[in-house]
Amino acid sequence: MNAPNPSGWRPAMGVAAPEGFESPTVSGDRALMLEEPLIFELREPGTTGVDIDDLELEPLDTLAGFLRAEAPALPGLTEPETVRHYTRLSRQNYAIDLGPFPLGSCTMKHNPRLNEKLARLPGFADVHPLQPQQTVRGALAAINELAVWLIELTGMHGVAMSPKAGAHGELCGLLCIKAAIEARGEDRTVILVPESAHGTNPATAAFAGFSVESIPATADGRVDLAALTAKLGPHVAGVMITNPNTCGLFERDMKAISDAVHAAGGYVYCDGANFNAIVGKVRPGDLGIDAMHINLHKTFSTPHGGGGPGSGPVVLSEALAPFGPLPWTARMADGTVRLIEEEDAATEMPTSFGRMAAFHGQMGMFTRALTYILSHGADGLRQVAEDAVLNANYVLRSLDDVLDAPFGAAGPCMHEALFSDAGLAEGFSTLDMAKGLIDEGFHPMTVYFPLVVHGAMLIEPTETESKAGLDRFIASMRSLAERAKAGDETLKSAPHFAPRRRLDETLAARKPVLTWQG
Amino acid sequence: MRYLPLTSADRAEMLGVIGAASVDDLFADVPAAARLPGPVPGLPHHASEMAVERHMTALAAQNLSAGAAPFFLGAGAYRHHVPASVDHLIQRGEFLTAYTPYQPEIAQGTLQVLFEFQTQVARLLGTDVANASMYDGSTACWEAIAMAARITRRKRAVLSGGLHPHYVSTAATMARFTGDVLETRAPVLDAVPDDDAVIAAIDAETSCVVVQYPDILGRIPDLAKIAAAAQAHGALVIAVVTEPVALGLIEAPGKLGADIVVGEGQALGVGLQFGGPYLGLFGCREKYVRQMPGRLCGQTVDATGKRGFVLTLSTREQHIRREKATSNICTNAGLCALAFSIHMTLLGGAGLAKLARVNHARAQQLAARLAAVPGVTVLNRAYFNEFTVILPRDARDVVRELADRRVLGGVSLGRLYPQETALANGLLVTATELTSPEDIEAFGTALEGVLA
Amino acid sequence: MPRYFTQDHEWIEVDGDTGTVGITDYAQGQLGDITYVDLPEVGAVLKRGDAPCVVDSVKAASDVYAPVSGTVTDVNEALGDEPELVNTDPETGGWLFRVTLADAGELDGMMDQAAYNAYVAGL
Repeated sequence: MNAPNPSGWRPAMGVAAPEGFESPTVSGDRALMLEEPLIFELREPGTTGVDIDDLELEPLDTLAGFLRAEAPALPGLTEPETVRHYTRLSRQNYAIDLGPFPLGSCTMKHNPRLNEKLARLPGFADVHPLQPQQTVRGALAAINELAVWLIELTGMHGVAMSPKAGAHGELCGLLCIKAAIEARGEDRTVILVPESAHGTNPATAAFAGFSVESIPATADGRVDLAALTAKLGPHVAGVMITNPNTCGLFERDMKAISDAVHAAGGYVYCDGANFNAIVGKVRPGDLGIDAMHINLHKTFSTPHGGGGPGSGPVVLSEALAPFGPLPWTARMADGTVRLIEEEDAATEMPTSFGRMAAFHGQMGMFTRALTYILSHGADGLRQVAEDAVLNANYVLRSLDDVLDAPFGAAGPCMHEALFSDAGLAEGFSTLDMAKGLIDEGFHPMTVYFPLVVHGAMLIEPTETESKAGLDRFIASMRSLAERAKAGDETLKSAPHFAPRRRLDETLAARKPVLTWQG
Repeated sequence: MRYLPLTSADRAEMLGVIGAASVDDLFADVPAAARLPGPVPGLPHHASEMAVERHMTALAAQNLSAGAAPFFLGAGAYRHHVPASVDHLIQRGEFLTAYTPYQPEIAQGTLQVLFEFQTQVARLLGTDVANASMYDGSTACWEAIAMAARITRRKRAVLSGGLHPHYVSTAATMARFTGDVLETRAPVLDAVPDDDAVIAAIDAETSCVVVQYPDILGRIPDLAKIAAAAQAHGALVIAVVTEPVALGLIEAPGKLGADIVVGEGQALGVGLQFGGPYLGLFGCREKYVRQMPGRLCGQTVDATGKRGFVLTLSTREQHIRREKATSNICTNAGLCALAFSIHMTLLGGAGLAKLARVNHARAQQLAARLAAVPGVTVLNRAYFNEFTVILPRDARDVVRELADRRVLGGVSLGRLYPQETALANGLLVTATELTSPEDIEAFGTALEGVLA
Repeated sequence: MPRYFTQDHEWIEVDGDTGTVGITDYAQGQLGDITYVDLPEVGAVLKRGDAPCVVDSVKAASDVYAPVSGTVTDVNEALGDEPELVNTDPETGGWLFRVTLADAGELDGMMDQAAYNAYVAGL
């Protein structure tokens, strides 16, 4: 034979590590678990990773007296360093692309990549908001096309496209209400908000200059119609109701609520955060809603991006549409689509409450949402709602024997399943369940919300989870519930396998360090 | 349907587990009268990727994109070169498809980016601290006015005539409903901004003075002088920066005495996008941090002592404070903040300074060329990359006629101030590093043609 | 010096016409780690039931109600650097503010220590 194995390479399984062995590494990294310094620790200021053409620069006489004493003390990293920095950081994030992300009321559904591709077409992405309208006909037509879909799907009269997120949409709706009441020559200062409402509802009402009164919930998790009716009167501008509500339940009395509010001279604002549960199945306009924002990043799949950007168009009833914001997108008699801005407002939209942000909305989100809507069509969107509700009920009924489902006995849920911490062993909490889920490879559910349920766990699987994926999630949840009921102390120190263990939020809040101090 | 994994068999099996005869049973709480019997009528049904792509591409093709013509628009939205790696990195699913970092153990990527972003923004603006971003510059500006009212317990804000008219309108809309009083003025076509008029308007009732820097006409106000006057009356100074690249060259507002600095961060990393999504920048003095709106990321340690980051000071926010929150804002502009931060990481302070110099040089070349067009004068004494020219006739018409010649020739003041006839002949033009000498010449020639 | 308690878990210790106000040990235990205390301004005029002071923990912000009407004469500046005093020493070193009593009659009907203990035991 030739020289046997001249390189000396023989695969080997190695020897078993001793019990309890923990190997520190010199780098601090652990194989694919990679630590990453701050950019300020990677390089000193004074460097740059961008090649900028050398021009013959003229003297800066025109800027004398205004010049910056020194450039911002920020390092510039080369492209390889930059790509590696952010790629390493990205691996410390959980994401929908990695697995189920069942955050109740947040609607973490799959983000189709066609949306991303088409939003980047230069005809949409590389267009300035103040270009002459003759050069942006297609962009305006795209906005209008989305607007028509939103109006038809909700059975409403008009839509304000400019709000930049759900909370901004709430503001838009309340300003419409305020303007409408002013136009009637009335002074109504109170907005009624159910106690189960998302915190933005009362915050928005206050931000818009209203005072807030709370409406209690009934034992079956709905708005107490009698309590609401008792609070109505000439001082009430309207109500803000989330439907389906934050307990994941449909407000059965919605039409009666609307009728009562209208009879008392108020308006009905619907928080549309959960529209994904009913899109294509129910039109809010048929329930007497006057205004509702639609979170395009929830129902219509635009990416959440680690916390925005959102987009919150507001559909409006015939009573409120004339008060909507500028710029307003309108189809003209000749079929073309035009922006109505301040210049034409006096003739085209004299009762508009005005502008609520520069420019005309989150175009990059419109193109993504329109792409999603066209992909699904009217039939597919209906299927979206059905599958979202089916998945949530499947989770509810697969867990309600091991976890307390406070409204489970009352009937089906909509798109999210709500559990409480009742029945967990003394000293074990919803937080422990959430952190245990992290170790199981899932993003936790929404915890401690809604406030009306102690230790709430709100699970929204969305329609883009497969049955097999749900079964894996359910198996993990059952195991965690059993551990928490049995008093398994190891749950209290979870997560054990994430890039970080539990973080000291008290320290962060007591002695805030908000920028790098090095 | 390509985004829905459940099969018919799955659905049947799951209904069995639930104990429901049909999916419609799950919608039993919806009153029968409100339940639609089938898909919403009159709307198209599902479509293939190919079909959707064809439709959207046709719509996009109807627009004249900025890269397809000589382009000179600014007025709050600026076109800069974005390095290729920025868009690649923001499309990593771990950033793109993550949520607000509520579970910090598995969101350190987003959180560390926010901490770096806050540091970058604070150093750029010259403030002690910065938040994790707002919707855009205009909404950040109103939030700053509301914050100044909380701090000073006064409700009268003085807005400079150089503040972007959309920002003024946004604030005016809110003020009308909250009872705040805004003292506004239209810009005057002078070579220098209205610093003295602003100073004269400050009194003991003034909560804040809002000054854009550089201003809407491209002029640069004397922030230090205004800050001194405001301080003497116990009023805060809010500086508004719509073109952050300018801060590579001109002094940071925080260093000139501004108490709160807000800005539009779109110029770095984000792109034009026909107006959104954009990126609100928000920085202030440390002593005001608990009055600040928006998300904040802070440094801490985990249970084993390792450095980590969390969202902090949340008791200011709507989800805890409800109607007593500092703002109703929930999210920030996370992905736009990421794009801004990556772009800034590539540039560094030195790269930004050089980029700013190139911008200014191109603007000087543009000013020289346009000044050579008969009947055209340059208004500004000082400017960064944007300035105002006065035309011999209504600039709105001129912009449309330039567009017919496939030149996107700036923003007419008539578009921004339709009610101010005195401004009608003003044209706001911008040059950036993307503006080539050929573009400048094409603009000059087209303008000569239009005005001939 | 007499000490009185409210059903909202404030205590007030009265010395002549001045009352020192804080939150009870039970309350701090429910709140968890206190991270920040937003104190009233000296000179602020309070009506009973006003909320001049906010105690923040990481996940909650809780109003502290004025147990009596009066004018704020002093606040506990030490809480600026050490909000945790409200946790570690709620009923002495973690006091919040002092007021002059506008109407000593408002103290009538408040609980004493024993009554408060019984009240808390029943929660």
